[in-house]
Amino acid sequence: MSVSEPKVTSTGLPPAAKAELDEIRKRYPTDEAALLPALHIAQRLWGGWLPDEALEAVAAELGLPVSKVYGVVTFYDLYHQKPVGRHRIRVCTNLSCQLRGSEEIMEAVREELRVEEDEVTPDGRCSYVHFECLGSCDTAPMMMVDETYHENLTPRRVRDILRGLK
Amino acid sequence: MFEPVLTKNVGNPAALTLKGYKKSGGYEGLAKALQMEPDTIIEEVKKSGLRGRGGAGFSAGLKWSFIPKNITPKYLVCNADESEPGTFKDRLLMEYDPHQLIEGCAICCWAVQANICYIYIRGEYTKAATILERALKEAYEGGILGGSLMGSGFKLDMYIHRGAGAYICGEETGMLESLEGKRGQPRVKPPFPAVVGAFGKPTVINNVETLCNVPHIITRGADWYKSIGTDERNTGPKLYAISGHVERPGTYEYPIGITFREMLENAGGMYRGGTLKAFIPGGASAPILPASQIDIKMDFDTVAKAGSMLGSAAVIVMDETTCMVRSVARLAKFFNHESCGQCTPCREGTNWMELLLKRIEHGEGTESDGRLLLSICGQIGGNSLCALGDAAIGPVKSLVERFYPEVEQHVRERRCPFPQRRHFQNGA
Ligand SMILES: Cc1cc2nc3c(=O)[nH]c(=O)nc-3n(C[C@H](O)[C@H](O)[C@H](O)COP(=O)(O)O)c2cc1C
Ligand code: SF4
Ligand code: FES
Repeated sequence: MSVSEPKVTSTGLPPAAKAELDEIRKRYPTDEAALLPALHIAQRLWGGWLPDEALEAVAAELGLPVSKVYGVVTFYDLYHQKPVGRHRIRVCTNLSCQLRGSEEIMEAVREELRVEEDEVTPDGRCSYVHFECLGSCDTAPMMMVDETYHENLTPRRVRDILRGLK
Repeated sequence: MFEPVLTKNVGNPAALTLKGYKKSGGYEGLAKALQMEPDTIIEEVKKSGLRGRGGAGFSAGLKWSFIPKNITPKYLVCNADESEPGTFKDRLLMEYDPHQLIEGCAICCWAVQANICYIYIRGEYTKAATILERALKEAYEGGILGGSLMGSGFKLDMYIHRGAGAYICGEETGMLESLEGKRGQPRVKPPFPAVVGAFGKPTVINNVETLCNVPHIITRGADWYKSIGTDERNTGPKLYAISGHVERPGTYEYPIGITFREMLENAGGMYRGGTLKAFIPGGASAPILPASQIDIKMDFDTVAKAGSMLGSAAVIVMDETTCMVRSVARLAKFFNHESCGQCTPCREGTNWMELLLKRIEHGEGTESDGRLLLSICGQIGGNSLCALGDAAIGPVKSLVERFYPEVEQHVRERRCPFPQRRHFQNGA
Protein backbone atom coordinates (compact mmCIF):
# COMPACT_ATOMS: atom_id res chain seq x y z
CA MET A 1 0.00 0.00 0.00
CA SER A 2 1.39 3.38 -0.84
CA VAL A 3 0.87 6.59 1.04
CA SER A 4 0.15 9.53 -1.18
CA GLU A 5 -0.10 13.25 -0.56
CA PRO A 6 -3.71 14.38 -0.23
CA LYS A 7 -4.97 15.65 -3.55
CA VAL A 8 -4.89 19.41 -3.90
CA THR A 9 -8.35 20.30 -5.04
CA SER A 10 -7.94 24.03 -4.88
CA THR A 11 -7.65 26.17 -7.94
CA GLY A 12 -5.38 28.71 -6.28
CA LEU A 13 -6.05 32.34 -5.49
CA PRO A 14 -8.34 34.61 -7.51
CA PRO A 15 -6.54 36.80 -10.09
CA ALA A 16 -6.53 40.07 -8.10
CA ALA A 17 -5.02 38.39 -5.04
CA LYS A 18 -2.55 36.56 -7.25
CA ALA A 19 -1.41 39.84 -8.75
CA GLU A 20 -1.03 41.38 -5.31
CA LEU A 21 1.02 38.40 -4.18
CA ASP A 22 3.19 38.42 -7.31
CA GLU A 23 4.14 42.01 -6.54
CA ILE A 24 5.12 41.03 -2.99
CA ARG A 25 7.11 37.98 -4.07
CA LYS A 26 9.59 40.15 -5.92
CA ARG A 27 10.77 41.53 -2.61
CA TYR A 28 12.30 38.29 -1.41
CA PRO A 29 14.99 35.96 -2.72
CA THR A 30 12.77 32.91 -1.99
CA ASP A 31 9.08 32.20 -2.62
CA GLU A 32 8.72 30.76 0.84
CA ALA A 33 9.37 34.21 2.34
CA ALA A 34 6.11 35.41 0.82
CA LEU A 35 4.17 32.92 2.95
CA LEU A 36 3.17 35.28 5.78
CA PRO A 37 2.01 38.01 3.38
CA ALA A 38 0.18 35.36 1.31
CA LEU A 39 -1.66 34.09 4.39
CA HIS A 40 -2.66 37.63 5.33
CA ILE A 41 -4.14 38.06 1.86
CA ALA A 42 -5.88 34.68 1.96
CA GLN A 43 -7.37 35.33 5.38
CA ARG A 44 -8.80 38.60 4.15
CA LEU A 45 -10.35 36.82 1.14
CA TRP A 46 -11.82 33.99 3.20
CA GLY A 47 -13.65 36.26 5.63
CA GLY A 48 -11.16 36.40 8.47
CA TRP A 49 -10.13 32.77 8.79
CA LEU A 50 -8.25 30.11 6.88
CA PRO A 51 -10.20 26.97 5.94
CA ASP A 52 -8.21 24.05 4.50
CA GLU A 53 -9.12 25.26 1.06
CA ALA A 54 -7.30 28.55 1.71
CA LEU A 55 -4.19 26.77 2.96
CA GLU A 56 -4.20 24.58 -0.13
CA ALA A 57 -4.55 27.59 -2.41
CA VAL A 58 -1.62 29.35 -0.77
CA ALA A 59 0.49 26.20 -0.82
CA ALA A 60 -0.20 25.68 -4.52
CA GLU A 61 0.54 29.31 -5.30
CA LEU A 62 3.94 29.28 -3.59
CA GLY A 63 4.86 25.72 -4.45
CA LEU A 64 5.03 24.62 -0.81
CA PRO A 65 3.74 21.43 0.83
CA VAL A 66 0.39 21.95 2.56
CA SER A 67 1.86 20.49 5.74
CA LYS A 68 4.45 23.27 5.83
CA VAL A 69 1.78 25.97 5.42
CA TYR A 70 -0.29 24.29 8.12
CA GLY A 71 2.69 24.34 10.49
CA VAL A 72 3.14 28.06 9.99
CA VAL A 73 -0.55 28.86 10.41
CA THR A 74 -0.71 27.09 13.76
CA PHE A 75 2.28 29.05 15.05
CA TYR A 76 0.84 32.54 14.77
CA ASP A 77 -1.99 34.08 16.81
CA LEU A 78 -3.38 36.24 14.01
CA TYR A 79 -4.23 33.31 11.75
CA HIS A 80 -7.47 31.51 12.54
CA GLN A 81 -8.46 28.00 11.64
CA LYS A 82 -12.09 28.17 12.59
CA PRO A 83 -14.80 30.63 11.65
CA VAL A 84 -14.73 33.99 13.40
CA GLY A 85 -17.33 36.73 13.67
CA ARG A 86 -17.62 39.43 11.01
CA HIS A 87 -15.99 41.60 13.64
CA ARG A 88 -13.10 40.26 15.63
CA ILE A 89 -12.55 41.70 19.08
CA ARG A 90 -9.29 41.34 20.96
CA VAL A 91 -9.26 42.59 24.52
CA CYS A 92 -5.81 43.18 25.98
CA THR A 93 -5.55 41.63 29.42
CA ASN A 94 -1.81 41.87 29.94
CA LEU A 95 -0.37 43.53 33.03
CA SER A 96 -0.68 47.25 32.24
CA CYS A 97 -4.28 46.77 31.16
CA GLN A 98 -5.00 44.44 34.09
CA LEU A 99 -3.78 47.19 36.44
CA ARG A 100 -6.33 49.56 34.88
CA GLY A 101 -9.39 47.33 34.81
CA SER A 102 -9.23 44.98 31.81
CA GLU A 103 -11.24 42.37 33.74
CA GLU A 104 -14.19 44.72 33.87
CA ILE A 105 -13.78 45.27 30.14
CA MET A 106 -13.83 41.52 29.48
CA GLU A 107 -16.97 41.25 31.62
CA ALA A 108 -18.64 44.03 29.68
CA VAL A 109 -17.83 42.35 26.37
CA ARG A 110 -19.15 39.01 27.59
CA GLU A 111 -22.34 40.55 28.94
CA GLU A 112 -22.98 42.46 25.76
CA LEU A 113 -22.29 39.63 23.31
CA ARG A 114 -23.70 36.81 25.48
CA VAL A 115 -21.31 34.19 24.17
CA GLU A 116 -18.10 32.78 25.60
CA GLU A 117 -14.62 33.64 24.48
CA ASP A 118 -13.74 32.33 21.01
CA GLU A 119 -17.39 31.63 20.15
CA VAL A 120 -19.30 33.46 17.42
CA THR A 121 -22.55 35.28 18.21
CA PRO A 122 -25.56 33.47 16.69
CA ASP A 123 -25.98 36.24 14.09
CA GLY A 124 -22.35 35.78 13.00
CA ARG A 125 -21.58 39.37 13.89
CA CYS A 126 -18.85 39.14 16.55
CA SER A 127 -16.33 36.92 18.24
CA TYR A 128 -13.90 37.90 20.96
CA VAL A 129 -10.77 36.72 22.69
CA HIS A 130 -8.47 38.02 25.41
CA PHE A 131 -5.12 39.01 23.98
CA GLU A 132 -1.54 39.77 24.94
CA CYS A 133 -0.15 43.32 25.08
CA LEU A 134 -1.12 45.29 21.99
CA GLY A 135 1.39 48.08 22.51
CA SER A 136 -1.13 50.61 23.72
CA CYS A 137 -0.63 50.34 27.46
CA ASP A 138 -0.68 54.12 27.93
CA THR A 139 -4.35 54.09 26.95
CA ALA A 140 -5.30 51.09 29.08
CA PRO A 141 -7.69 49.43 29.22
CA MET A 142 -7.97 48.88 25.50
CA MET A 143 -9.22 46.50 22.85
CA MET A 144 -8.83 46.02 19.15
CA VAL A 145 -11.90 45.68 16.94
CA ASP A 146 -10.85 44.39 13.53
CA GLU A 147 -7.96 46.76 12.70
CA THR A 148 -8.94 49.60 15.00
CA TYR A 149 -7.62 50.32 18.49
CA HIS A 150 -10.21 51.49 21.01
CA GLU A 151 -8.49 53.11 23.94
CA ASN A 152 -9.21 54.37 27.46
CA LEU A 153 -12.22 52.09 27.65
CA THR A 154 -14.98 51.97 30.22
CA PRO A 155 -17.68 49.29 30.31
CA ARG A 156 -20.14 51.83 28.96
CA ARG A 157 -17.92 52.72 26.01
CA VAL A 158 -17.47 49.05 25.28
CA ARG A 159 -21.25 48.63 25.04
CA ASP A 160 -21.55 51.65 22.75
CA ILE A 161 -18.78 50.42 20.48
CA LEU A 162 -20.15 46.90 20.26
CA ARG A 163 -23.70 48.08 19.60
CA GLY A 164 -22.38 50.21 16.76
CA LEU A 165 -20.96 47.22 14.88
CA LYS A 166 -23.03 46.14 11.89
CA MET B 1 16.72 72.20 29.41
CA PHE B 2 16.62 68.95 27.47
CA GLU B 3 15.19 69.37 23.99
CA PRO B 4 13.46 66.26 22.63
CA VAL B 5 15.45 64.66 19.83
CA LEU B 6 13.62 61.51 18.79
CA THR B 7 10.14 62.84 19.47
CA LYS B 8 10.62 66.39 18.27
CA ASN B 9 8.15 65.80 15.43
CA VAL B 10 5.42 64.39 17.65
CA GLY B 11 2.83 67.14 17.43
CA ASN B 12 4.13 68.26 14.03
CA PRO B 13 1.86 66.39 11.61
CA ALA B 14 3.59 68.06 8.66
CA ALA B 15 6.57 65.79 9.30
CA LEU B 16 4.51 62.84 8.08
CA THR B 17 5.13 64.09 4.55
CA LEU B 18 8.50 64.08 2.88
CA LYS B 19 8.37 67.83 2.40
CA GLY B 20 7.49 68.54 6.01
CA TYR B 21 10.11 66.12 7.28
CA LYS B 22 12.80 67.75 5.18
CA LYS B 23 11.73 71.13 6.49
CA SER B 24 12.37 69.91 10.03
CA GLY B 25 15.95 69.09 9.05
CA GLY B 26 15.14 65.61 7.83
CA TYR B 27 17.40 63.68 5.45
CA GLU B 28 20.31 65.99 6.25
CA GLY B 29 21.89 63.14 8.17
CA LEU B 30 21.57 60.84 5.18
CA ALA B 31 22.99 63.49 2.83
CA LYS B 32 25.94 63.93 5.15
CA ALA B 33 26.41 60.18 5.58
CA LEU B 34 26.57 59.67 1.83
CA GLN B 35 29.57 62.03 1.77
CA MET B 36 31.32 59.88 4.37
CA GLU B 37 33.12 56.57 4.01
CA PRO B 38 30.95 53.71 5.34
CA ASP B 39 33.62 52.78 7.89
CA THR B 40 33.77 56.34 9.17
CA ILE B 41 30.04 56.18 9.88
CA ILE B 42 30.46 52.95 11.80
CA GLU B 43 33.26 54.55 13.83
CA GLU B 44 31.12 57.58 14.58
CA VAL B 45 28.21 55.44 15.76
CA LYS B 46 30.58 53.38 17.89
CA LYS B 47 32.04 56.54 19.37
CA SER B 48 28.58 57.90 20.20
CA GLY B 49 28.07 55.01 22.62
CA LEU B 50 24.64 54.21 21.14
CA ARG B 51 23.42 50.95 22.67
CA GLY B 52 20.53 48.90 21.29
CA ARG B 53 17.11 50.08 22.42
CA GLY B 54 15.40 46.73 21.75
CA GLY B 55 16.31 45.15 25.05
CA ALA B 56 19.84 43.85 25.13
CA GLY B 57 21.71 47.17 25.06
CA PHE B 58 24.46 46.00 22.71
CA SER B 59 26.65 48.62 21.00
CA ALA B 60 25.10 49.44 17.62
CA GLY B 61 28.37 50.51 16.01
CA LEU B 62 30.12 47.37 17.17
CA LYS B 63 27.34 45.21 15.74
CA TRP B 64 27.66 46.95 12.37
CA SER B 65 31.41 46.41 12.38
CA PHE B 66 30.90 42.62 12.53
CA ILE B 67 29.37 42.57 9.05
CA PRO B 68 31.85 40.93 6.67
CA LYS B 69 32.74 43.05 3.66
CA ASN B 70 33.31 40.35 1.08
CA ILE B 71 29.91 38.61 1.20
CA THR B 72 26.90 39.85 -0.76
CA PRO B 73 24.03 40.49 -0.57
CA LYS B 74 23.67 41.90 2.93
CA TYR B 75 20.49 42.86 4.72
CA LEU B 76 19.20 45.18 7.39
CA VAL B 77 16.17 43.96 9.33
CA CYS B 78 14.56 46.63 11.44
CA ASN B 79 12.93 45.12 14.49
CA ALA B 80 9.49 46.73 14.76
CA ASP B 81 7.88 43.71 16.41
CA GLU B 82 7.39 45.57 19.71
CA SER B 83 5.56 42.91 21.70
CA GLU B 84 7.23 43.16 25.10
CA PRO B 85 4.35 43.82 27.50
CA GLY B 86 4.41 47.46 28.59
CA THR B 87 6.22 48.70 25.49
CA PHE B 88 4.67 51.16 23.03
CA LYS B 89 7.46 53.59 22.14
CA ASP B 90 8.33 52.23 18.69
CA ARG B 91 4.71 52.57 17.63
CA LEU B 92 4.89 56.28 18.47
CA LEU B 93 8.07 56.71 16.44
CA MET B 94 6.52 55.02 13.42
CA GLU B 95 3.14 56.68 13.61
CA TYR B 96 4.45 60.20 14.13
CA ASP B 97 7.79 60.32 12.34
CA PRO B 98 8.07 57.52 9.77
CA HIS B 99 10.74 59.28 7.72
CA GLN B 100 13.06 59.47 10.70
CA LEU B 101 13.06 55.68 10.79
CA ILE B 102 13.51 55.40 7.03
CA GLU B 103 16.46 57.80 7.24
CA GLY B 104 18.05 55.83 10.08
CA CYS B 105 17.63 52.58 8.17
CA ALA B 106 19.11 54.14 5.03
CA ILE B 107 22.20 55.38 6.85
CA CYS B 108 22.72 51.96 8.42
CA CYS B 109 22.36 50.28 5.02
CA TRP B 110 24.96 52.59 3.49
CA ALA B 111 27.31 52.02 6.43
CA VAL B 112 27.18 48.23 6.15
CA GLN B 113 26.55 48.23 2.39
CA ALA B 114 23.22 46.43 2.56
CA ASN B 115 20.99 46.89 -0.48
CA ILE B 116 17.80 45.59 1.06
CA CYS B 117 16.08 46.56 4.29
CA TYR B 118 13.05 44.79 5.70
CA ILE B 119 11.06 46.48 8.41
CA TYR B 120 9.50 43.60 10.36
CA ILE B 121 6.45 45.10 12.02
CA ARG B 122 4.08 43.22 14.31
CA GLY B 123 0.87 42.24 12.53
CA GLU B 124 -1.37 44.17 14.92
CA TYR B 125 0.26 47.51 14.06
CA THR B 126 -1.77 48.13 10.92
CA LYS B 127 -1.97 51.87 11.47
CA ALA B 128 1.79 52.25 11.82
CA ALA B 129 2.30 49.97 8.81
CA THR B 130 -0.02 52.11 6.68
CA ILE B 131 1.75 55.31 7.71
CA LEU B 132 5.15 53.77 7.01
CA GLU B 133 3.96 52.39 3.69
CA ARG B 134 2.86 55.87 2.64
CA ALA B 135 6.18 57.39 3.74
CA LEU B 136 8.12 54.70 1.87
CA LYS B 137 6.15 55.43 -1.28
CA GLU B 138 7.01 59.10 -0.98
CA ALA B 139 10.65 58.31 -0.34
CA TYR B 140 10.73 56.20 -3.53
CA GLU B 141 8.95 58.87 -5.55
CA GLY B 142 11.15 61.59 -4.08
CA GLY B 143 14.31 59.89 -5.36
CA ILE B 144 15.53 58.87 -1.92
CA LEU B 145 15.02 55.11 -2.08
CA GLY B 146 15.28 52.79 -5.06
CA GLY B 147 17.92 52.55 -7.75
CA SER B 148 20.03 55.38 -6.40
CA LEU B 149 19.94 56.30 -2.72
CA MET B 150 19.49 60.08 -2.77
CA GLY B 151 21.31 60.27 -6.08
CA SER B 152 24.42 58.49 -4.77
CA GLY B 153 24.20 55.57 -7.16
CA PHE B 154 23.83 53.15 -4.22
CA LYS B 155 20.82 50.89 -4.69
CA LEU B 156 18.53 50.58 -1.71
CA ASP B 157 15.13 48.89 -1.46
CA MET B 158 13.08 49.03 1.70
CA TYR B 159 10.06 46.84 2.39
CA ILE B 160 7.58 46.33 5.18
CA HIS B 161 7.10 42.76 6.34
CA ARG B 162 4.09 42.19 8.59
CA GLY B 163 4.29 39.65 11.38
CA ALA B 164 1.31 37.57 12.43
CA GLY B 165 1.14 37.66 16.21
CA ALA B 166 4.02 35.94 18.02
CA TYR B 167 6.18 37.58 20.68
CA ILE B 168 9.07 35.25 19.93
CA CYS B 169 9.45 36.81 16.48
CA GLY B 170 10.89 39.84 18.30
CA GLU B 171 13.88 37.68 19.19
CA GLU B 172 16.30 38.36 16.39
CA THR B 173 16.74 34.85 15.00
CA GLY B 174 13.06 34.01 15.50
CA MET B 175 12.44 37.11 13.41
CA LEU B 176 14.73 35.86 10.65
CA GLU B 177 12.93 32.52 10.53
CA SER B 178 9.60 34.32 10.37
CA LEU B 179 10.86 36.64 7.62
CA GLU B 180 11.84 33.56 5.64
CA GLY B 181 8.26 32.28 5.91
CA LYS B 182 8.71 29.77 8.70
CA ARG B 183 7.57 29.22 12.26
CA GLY B 184 9.36 31.84 14.33
CA GLN B 185 11.60 29.47 16.26
CA PRO B 186 14.94 30.96 17.32
CA ARG B 187 18.14 29.58 15.84
CA VAL B 188 21.19 28.25 17.60
CA LYS B 189 23.91 30.91 17.88
CA PRO B 190 26.65 31.01 16.67
CA PRO B 191 26.65 31.62 13.79
CA PHE B 192 25.44 35.11 14.55
CA PRO B 193 23.15 36.96 12.15
CA ALA B 194 25.99 39.37 11.29
CA VAL B 195 27.57 36.47 9.41
CA VAL B 196 24.70 34.07 8.65
CA GLY B 197 21.44 36.00 8.89
CA ALA B 198 18.46 36.46 6.60
CA PHE B 199 18.50 33.98 3.72
CA GLY B 200 21.92 32.83 4.94
CA LYS B 201 23.52 36.22 4.36
CA PRO B 202 25.11 38.84 6.65
CA THR B 203 22.37 40.75 8.42
CA VAL B 204 22.14 43.62 10.87
CA ILE B 205 19.12 43.56 13.16
CA ASN B 206 18.33 46.74 15.05
CA ASN B 207 15.38 48.07 16.95
CA VAL B 208 13.27 50.98 15.62
CA GLU B 209 14.39 53.41 18.32
CA THR B 210 18.05 52.46 17.88
CA LEU B 211 17.87 53.32 14.18
CA CYS B 212 15.97 56.55 14.82
CA ASN B 213 18.97 57.79 16.83
CA VAL B 214 21.32 57.39 13.89
CA PRO B 215 20.43 60.44 11.74
CA HIS B 216 20.96 62.69 14.78
CA ILE B 217 24.34 61.17 15.57
CA ILE B 218 25.46 61.80 12.01
CA THR B 219 24.05 65.32 11.80
CA ARG B 220 25.18 66.56 15.20
CA GLY B 221 28.16 64.31 15.86
CA ALA B 222 29.13 61.65 18.37
CA ASP B 223 30.48 64.21 20.84
CA TRP B 224 27.15 65.99 21.06
CA TYR B 225 25.40 62.62 21.49
CA LYS B 226 27.77 61.55 24.24
CA SER B 227 27.18 64.76 26.13
CA ILE B 228 23.65 63.49 26.88
CA GLY B 229 23.22 60.78 29.53
CA THR B 230 24.82 59.40 32.66
CA ASP B 231 28.31 58.40 31.55
CA GLU B 232 30.35 56.98 28.65
CA ARG B 233 28.40 53.72 28.68
CA ASN B 234 24.94 55.22 28.93
CA THR B 235 24.52 57.93 26.35
CA GLY B 236 21.88 59.74 24.35
CA PRO B 237 18.19 60.48 24.52
CA LYS B 238 15.91 57.62 25.57
CA LEU B 239 12.22 56.89 25.27
CA TYR B 240 10.47 55.57 28.35
CA ALA B 241 7.02 54.04 27.99
CA ILE B 242 5.30 54.47 31.32
CA SER B 243 2.04 52.72 32.19
CA GLY B 244 0.07 51.14 35.00
CA HIS B 245 -0.77 53.15 38.10
CA VAL B 246 0.28 56.64 37.02
CA GLU B 247 -1.95 59.60 36.29
CA ARG B 248 -0.57 60.35 32.83
CA PRO B 249 0.76 57.22 31.18
CA GLY B 250 2.62 57.77 27.92
CA THR B 251 5.91 57.82 26.08
CA TYR B 252 8.37 60.32 27.52
CA GLU B 253 11.77 61.27 26.13
CA TYR B 254 14.58 62.04 28.58
CA PRO B 255 18.34 61.97 28.66
CA ILE B 256 19.10 58.35 29.53
CA GLY B 257 19.59 57.98 33.28
CA ILE B 258 16.80 60.21 34.58
CA THR B 259 15.64 58.93 37.96
CA PHE B 260 12.48 56.91 38.29
CA ARG B 261 11.21 59.47 40.81
CA GLU B 262 11.41 62.33 38.32
CA MET B 263 9.78 60.22 35.67
CA LEU B 264 6.93 59.37 37.99
CA GLU B 265 6.40 63.00 38.97
CA ASN B 266 6.35 64.11 35.33
CA ALA B 267 3.77 61.44 34.61
CA GLY B 268 1.46 63.14 37.07
CA GLY B 269 2.34 60.98 40.05
CA MET B 270 0.47 57.92 41.24
CA TYR B 271 -2.92 56.99 39.79
CA ARG B 272 -5.78 58.32 41.94
CA GLY B 273 -3.34 59.35 44.66
CA GLY B 274 -2.16 55.81 45.45
CA THR B 275 1.12 54.81 47.09
CA LEU B 276 3.95 53.24 45.15
CA LYS B 277 4.51 49.57 45.91
CA ALA B 278 6.67 48.30 43.07
CA PHE B 279 7.68 48.94 39.48
CA ILE B 280 9.05 47.10 36.51
CA PRO B 281 11.80 49.14 34.86
CA GLY B 282 12.12 47.42 31.49
CA GLY B 283 9.12 45.45 30.29
CA ALA B 284 7.67 42.11 31.34
CA SER B 285 11.07 40.40 31.16
CA ALA B 286 12.64 42.66 33.77
CA PRO B 287 12.70 41.64 37.43
CA ILE B 288 10.40 43.78 39.58
CA LEU B 289 11.88 46.45 41.83
CA PRO B 290 10.39 47.52 45.18
CA ALA B 291 9.35 51.11 45.97
CA SER B 292 12.58 51.61 47.92
CA GLN B 293 14.36 51.88 44.54
CA ILE B 294 12.44 55.04 43.65
CA ASP B 295 15.60 57.11 43.24
CA ILE B 296 17.26 54.73 40.81
CA LYS B 297 18.85 56.19 37.70
CA MET B 298 17.14 54.62 34.73
CA ASP B 299 20.15 53.67 32.63
CA PHE B 300 21.43 50.27 31.48
CA ASP B 301 24.14 49.78 34.07
CA THR B 302 22.45 51.23 37.15
CA VAL B 303 19.29 49.18 36.63
CA ALA B 304 21.37 46.04 36.04
CA LYS B 305 23.29 46.67 39.25
CA ALA B 306 20.00 46.92 41.14
CA GLY B 307 19.10 43.40 40.01
CA SER B 308 16.87 44.12 37.05
CA MET B 309 17.32 45.41 33.52
CA LEU B 310 16.47 48.48 31.49
CA GLY B 311 15.30 46.19 28.68
CA SER B 312 12.89 48.07 26.45
CA ALA B 313 12.51 50.84 29.08
CA ALA B 314 8.85 49.99 29.51
CA VAL B 315 8.09 51.16 33.01
CA ILE B 316 5.07 49.55 34.67
CA VAL B 317 4.02 51.15 37.93
CA MET B 318 2.06 49.35 40.66
CA ASP B 319 0.40 50.84 43.73
CA GLU B 320 -0.37 49.37 47.15
CA THR B 321 -3.65 47.81 46.02
CA THR B 322 -1.79 45.57 43.57
CA CYS B 323 -1.48 41.87 44.27
CA MET B 324 2.07 40.95 43.28
CA VAL B 325 1.20 37.26 42.95
CA ARG B 326 -1.60 38.06 40.56
CA SER B 327 0.57 40.44 38.53
CA VAL B 328 3.36 37.93 38.17
CA ALA B 329 0.85 35.18 37.40
CA ARG B 330 -0.35 37.25 34.47
CA LEU B 331 3.19 37.66 33.17
CA ALA B 332 3.81 33.94 33.64
CA LYS B 333 0.72 33.21 31.56
CA PHE B 334 2.16 35.43 28.85
CA PHE B 335 5.51 33.65 28.75
CA ASN B 336 3.85 30.25 28.78
CA HIS B 337 1.72 31.27 25.83
CA GLU B 338 4.65 32.76 23.94
CA SER B 339 7.29 30.07 24.51
CA CYS B 340 7.97 28.62 21.07
CA GLY B 341 8.27 25.16 22.57
CA GLN B 342 11.63 24.10 21.15
CA CYS B 343 13.43 23.70 24.48
CA THR B 344 11.93 21.43 27.12
CA PRO B 345 12.97 23.55 30.15
CA CYS B 346 11.31 26.65 28.70
CA ARG B 347 8.21 24.92 27.31
CA GLU B 348 7.48 22.87 30.43
CA GLY B 349 8.89 25.30 32.97
CA THR B 350 6.81 28.29 31.85
CA ASN B 351 3.72 26.10 32.04
CA TRP B 352 4.52 24.98 35.59
CA MET B 353 5.25 28.51 36.71
CA GLU B 354 1.89 29.68 35.46
CA LEU B 355 0.07 26.80 37.15
CA LEU B 356 1.86 27.29 40.47
CA LEU B 357 1.31 31.03 40.53
CA LYS B 358 -2.39 30.65 39.73
CA ARG B 359 -2.72 28.12 42.50
CA ILE B 360 -1.04 30.47 44.98
CA GLU B 361 -3.17 33.38 43.77
CA HIS B 362 -6.34 31.38 44.41
CA GLY B 363 -5.31 30.43 47.93
CA GLU B 364 -4.42 26.86 47.07
CA GLY B 365 -0.66 27.18 47.38
CA THR B 366 1.50 25.28 49.81
CA GLU B 367 4.45 26.37 51.91
CA SER B 368 6.93 24.75 49.58
CA ASP B 369 5.63 26.52 46.45
CA GLY B 370 8.10 29.39 46.77
CA ARG B 371 10.99 26.96 46.79
CA LEU B 372 9.45 25.01 43.94
CA LEU B 373 9.19 28.18 41.85
CA LEU B 374 12.84 28.99 42.47
CA SER B 375 13.83 25.46 41.55
CA ILE B 376 11.97 25.74 38.22
CA CYS B 377 13.68 29.07 37.59
CA GLY B 378 17.00 27.35 38.20
CA GLN B 379 16.17 24.67 35.67
CA ILE B 380 15.14 27.10 32.93
CA GLY B 381 17.93 29.61 33.50
CA GLY B 382 20.91 28.99 31.26
CA ASN B 383 19.26 25.87 29.82
CA SER B 384 17.30 27.39 27.01
CA LEU B 385 18.20 28.33 23.51
CA CYS B 386 17.09 31.95 23.45
CA ALA B 387 16.65 34.72 25.99
CA LEU B 388 12.90 34.12 26.41
CA GLY B 389 13.63 31.44 28.97
CA ASP B 390 15.70 33.80 31.08
CA ALA B 391 13.16 36.56 30.56
CA ALA B 392 10.36 34.35 31.87
CA ILE B 393 12.11 33.69 35.17
CA GLY B 394 12.93 37.37 35.83
CA PRO B 395 9.57 38.43 37.25
CA VAL B 396 9.01 35.11 39.08
CA LYS B 397 12.37 35.15 40.85
CA SER B 398 11.89 38.75 41.88
CA LEU B 399 8.46 37.90 43.32
CA VAL B 400 9.85 35.13 45.49
CA GLU B 401 12.99 36.99 46.47
CA ARG B 402 11.61 40.49 47.00
CA PHE B 403 7.94 40.06 47.83
CA TYR B 404 7.93 36.75 49.68
CA PRO B 405 5.72 37.90 52.58
CA GLU B 406 2.91 38.36 50.05
CA VAL B 407 3.33 34.84 48.74
CA GLU B 408 3.28 33.53 52.33
CA GLN B 409 0.18 35.54 53.15
CA HIS B 410 -1.69 33.91 50.25
CA VAL B 411 -0.71 30.48 51.49
CA ARG B 412 -1.46 31.21 55.16
CA GLU B 413 -4.82 32.88 54.61
CA ARG B 414 -5.78 30.44 51.84
CA ARG B 415 -7.04 33.32 49.71
CA CYS B 416 -5.85 36.40 47.89
CA PRO B 417 -5.58 39.16 50.51
CA PHE B 418 -6.15 41.86 47.90
CA PRO B 419 -9.79 42.48 47.03
CA GLN B 420 -10.56 42.68 43.33
CA ARG B 421 -10.36 46.35 42.49
CA ARG B 422 -13.27 47.98 40.65
CA HIS B 423 -12.10 50.81 38.41
CA PHE B 424 -15.45 51.85 37.00
CA GLN B 425 -18.61 52.87 38.83
CA ASN B 426 -21.90 52.26 37.06
CA GLY B 427 -20.04 51.42 33.91
CA ALA B 428 -18.37 54.80 33.50
C1 LIG C 1 11.79 36.92 23.52
C2 LIG C 1 12.42 38.16 22.97
C3 LIG C 1 11.62 39.15 22.41
C4 LIG C 1 12.19 40.30 21.88
N1 LIG C 1 11.36 41.25 21.35
C5 LIG C 1 11.92 42.35 20.80
C6 LIG C 1 11.08 43.35 20.21
O1 LIG C 1 9.85 43.22 20.19
N2 LIG C 1 11.67 44.44 19.67
C7 LIG C 1 13.03 44.60 19.67
O2 LIG C 1 13.51 45.57 19.14
N3 LIG C 1 13.83 43.68 20.22
C8 LIG C 1 13.31 42.56 20.77
N4 LIG C 1 14.15 41.61 21.31
C9 LIG C 1 15.61 41.82 21.23
C10 LIG C 1 16.15 41.33 19.90
O3 LIG C 1 16.47 39.96 20.00
C11 LIG C 1 17.43 42.05 19.48
O4 LIG C 1 18.32 42.02 20.55
C12 LIG C 1 17.22 43.48 19.07
O5 LIG C 1 16.26 43.58 18.07
C13 LIG C 1 18.50 44.05 18.57
O6 LIG C 1 18.34 45.41 18.25
P1 LIG C 1 19.05 46.56 19.10
O7 LIG C 1 20.47 46.11 19.30
O8 LIG C 1 18.93 47.75 18.24
O9 LIG C 1 18.32 46.65 20.37
C14 LIG C 1 13.60 40.46 21.88
C15 LIG C 1 14.38 39.47 22.45
C16 LIG C 1 13.83 38.34 22.99
C17 LIG C 1 14.70 37.29 23.58
S1 SF4 D 1 14.02 29.40 25.25
FE1 SF4 D 1 11.80 29.10 24.95
S2 SF4 D 1 11.23 30.59 23.39
FE2 SF4 D 1 13.48 30.43 23.32
S3 SF4 D 1 13.88 28.87 21.75
FE3 SF4 D 1 13.72 27.77 23.70
S4 SF4 D 1 11.55 27.16 23.86
FE4 SF4 D 1 11.70 28.74 22.26
S1 FES E 1 -0.82 45.71 28.45
FE1 FES E 1 -2.60 46.17 27.32
S2 FES E 1 -1.84 47.24 25.59
FE2 FES E 1 -0.05 46.75 26.71
